[in-house]
Amino acid sequence: MYDTFLLKYGEIGIKGNNRHLFEDALAKKVREALRRISGEFEVTKERGRVYVHCSGEWDEEETIDALQHVFGIVGICPVRVVSCESYETLRDGVLAYMKEEHSKKEETFKVKTRRANKQFPMTSMQIDAELGHDILEACPNLTVDVHRPDVLLDVEVRDEAYIYSRIIPGPGGMPVGTNGSAMLCLSGGIDSPVAGWMVAKRGVTIDATYFHAPPYTSERAKQKVVDLAKLVAKYSGPIRLHIVNFTDIQLYIYDQCPHEELTIIMRRYMMKIAEHFARERGDLGLVTGESIGQVSSQTMQSLLCTNAVCTLPVYRPLIGFDKNDIVEISKEIGTYETSILPYEDCCTIFVAKHPVTKPNLNMIERSETHLSEKIDDLLQTAIETTEVMTVTAD
Amino acid sequence: MNEIYLDNSSTTKPSRAVLEIVEKTMAEDWGNPSSMHKRGVDAERYLKQTAKILADILKVKDQEIVFTSGGTEANNMAILGTALANRRAGRTILTTGMEHPAVSEPVRVLEEFGFTVKIIPTDEEGRLDLTFLKENLNDDVILVSTMYVNNEIGAVVPVDEVARLVHELAPQALYHVDAIQAFGKYRIYPRREGIDLLSVSGHKLHGPKGSGFLYVSQTAKVRPIIYGGGQNGGRRSGTENVPGIAGLGVAAREAYTDFDQKIDHLYQLRDHLIEGLRRIDGVVIHGMPGREGAPQIVNAAFTGVGAEVLLHTLEDHQIYISAGSACSTHKRSGSPTLTAIHAPKEEMGSSVRFSFCETNTIEEIDRTLDVLRDVLPKLRRYQAR
Repeated sequence: MYDTFLLKYGEIGIKGNNRHLFEDALAKKVREALRRISGEFEVTKERGRVYVHCSGEWDEEETIDALQHVFGIVGICPVRVVSCESYETLRDGVLAYMKEEHSKKEETFKVKTRRANKQFPMTSMQIDAELGHDILEACPNLTVDVHRPDVLLDVEVRDEAYIYSRIIPGPGGMPVGTNGSAMLCLSGGIDSPVAGWMVAKRGVTIDATYFHAPPYTSERAKQKVVDLAKLVAKYSGPIRLHIVNFTDIQLYIYDQCPHEELTIIMRRYMMKIAEHFARERGDLGLVTGESIGQVSSQTMQSLLCTNAVCTLPVYRPLIGFDKNDIVEISKEIGTYETSILPYEDCCTIFVAKHPVTKPNLNMIERSETHLSEKIDDLLQTAIETTEVMTVTAD
Repeated sequence: MNEIYLDNSSTTKPSRAVLEIVEKTMAEDWGNPSSMHKRGVDAERYLKQTAKILADILKVKDQEIVFTSGGTEANNMAILGTALANRRAGRTILTTGMEHPAVSEPVRVLEEFGFTVKIIPTDEEGRLDLTFLKENLNDDVILVSTMYVNNEIGAVVPVDEVARLVHELAPQALYHVDAIQAFGKYRIYPRREGIDLLSVSGHKLHGPKGSGFLYVSQTAKVRPIIYGGGQNGGRRSGTENVPGIAGLGVAAREAYTDFDQKIDHLYQLRDHLIEGLRRIDGVVIHGMPGREGAPQIVNAAFTGVGAEVLLHTLEDHQIYISAGSACSTHKRSGSPTLTAIHAPKEEMGSSVRFSFCETNTIEEIDRTLDVLRDVLPKLRRYQAR
């Protein structure tokens, strides 16, 4: 058994003078993630590594799952701690470990030692060679391959020796909170939760805005979006969710503008409102789940038209993805099953049979002049009546 | 503004007397009915009481009542249990196309296991094609399953006539009636009418959720589908849900108290609503006219208005109705009943159900009609074009 994890992180390692900031952020996020599960955990930073020491009622599967939701972790290595008073005690510990973990099948291996404790009487090269020799003798199913081993046994000689050979993949990316914040336009669909996840993965804190249109969309559709936000929050940390009542704006556009332009114009006002809340929150950009050509409102012409109302940058992490690829990610991160629940969202009601696919910005702006009488008041009301809540993972 | 609950075929508000007995059986008489000691005997008393109440209402024997976790389990027990017990006698099962999924799904599973399933067709008002039934009844038929009152449009099946045909032309067959929307609204006498199995749910008649029973005629061969400690005479194992069963008994007794007045009142509500709806443009009413249909259900299509949108609009006015059957709103497939009665596609998406209980009032129906007249023009103005 083991009770320690070594956390490997990739990109943080190369951040020069900022490195300790990233490491501190990672350790903080790891602590937050572990606070939600049972067990006691000590998270330490030593010599450029982050360790988790587990005690109390901790569960292996639950702990690994929690760590797999912390961006910045590339690999999670269960570590066996053995005594290294002498070479002999180290060797006994290593052999016991190898027999338990790697005696089942024919495999090649390599030993890689790092000697932090310079009091230990052998060099790391010597330890590699001696341990390799002793493992070969003790485990007849193993052979050496120093170039492409099946099993890479890491041995860190410190006050005690830390040995590990298994690396469980982490989510990668960077710790949330190290890259500012952004406003996610969250619908009930498959794409936007994935887009939020991707941006959060780059260390960005996520706020979100959802538009609902009662009675055309139901209480259940709203609950579904809250549930999706919860799922994303499992990775991104708490999400400040803004729920905007969009009905009156939508009906006003319906009354005043050409029907085939309804969706584009509606999306332009959604972006405006989202940007308003983004500025209020100090966010540095907007995030959408758009992907070129997926639907009529996501053609290059349509994207140009919706983009034109924003002054903040609009990040579209899925822009080049096929639907299948997005579905794959949503299944992996666990949002898919919730996304496909069949409740109307406010983009699908009133949809024209033949919406414009190549809108012209001038024409759209001309259509919007028909809205001038009431739209400012309606926007103001929508903003004032917005319900705001903080969504945290379950 | 008080809420108007017109969704009583989904579930009903438990009555005061039901609440009291449920609380009593949880707070005081919480024993296991199978225990030998006094606590067990005290708890068992409630089971006996309810069995007696139900048996008196149906004019059957107490021992013919098998308590279940509700209507769905009763239907499953009737259908799967009959097939298990009689699988060597024959392989054919007859049912209708307008059944609730709690019947059509177990039947579909039996079809997977090699049984032959034949669907009795229905006309536009939900009347069964009795000629089809006659032509398909034979020695190979082991089960005929029909509802009594359809849950979506309130169509009524002539169960005594079906029973007569079944026993005359398919001597081996058991006749199962899903009476979940009918119990409490009709006087049902299974023995006299020739019904072998009858499913009832408690929460449709102001009883607790998770309560219900299957009447099993003592001559019917039905295998249990749940095995264990042999409760319910071995026909349905598992420690009995004493609070649910006690509540079910009280609810059933209340349902058949002042019965004729209540039914008259329900028909008045129904007639009043239908009359009002007929005066609104673009409303199509489904189901059987007048007293041919069930007293508590009105199904209507509002052309050009999405059913869910209308539902949420009325919800804003604290009026609660349902779009399709509440148990199946999570699925996007069309309503089985509206499909069975050949409703046009545009009516399927715009059909809602109003369902009453005896505490609803004419004033509530009037307010509902007022709200409908008020909101329909706006809803019709804003639609996909």
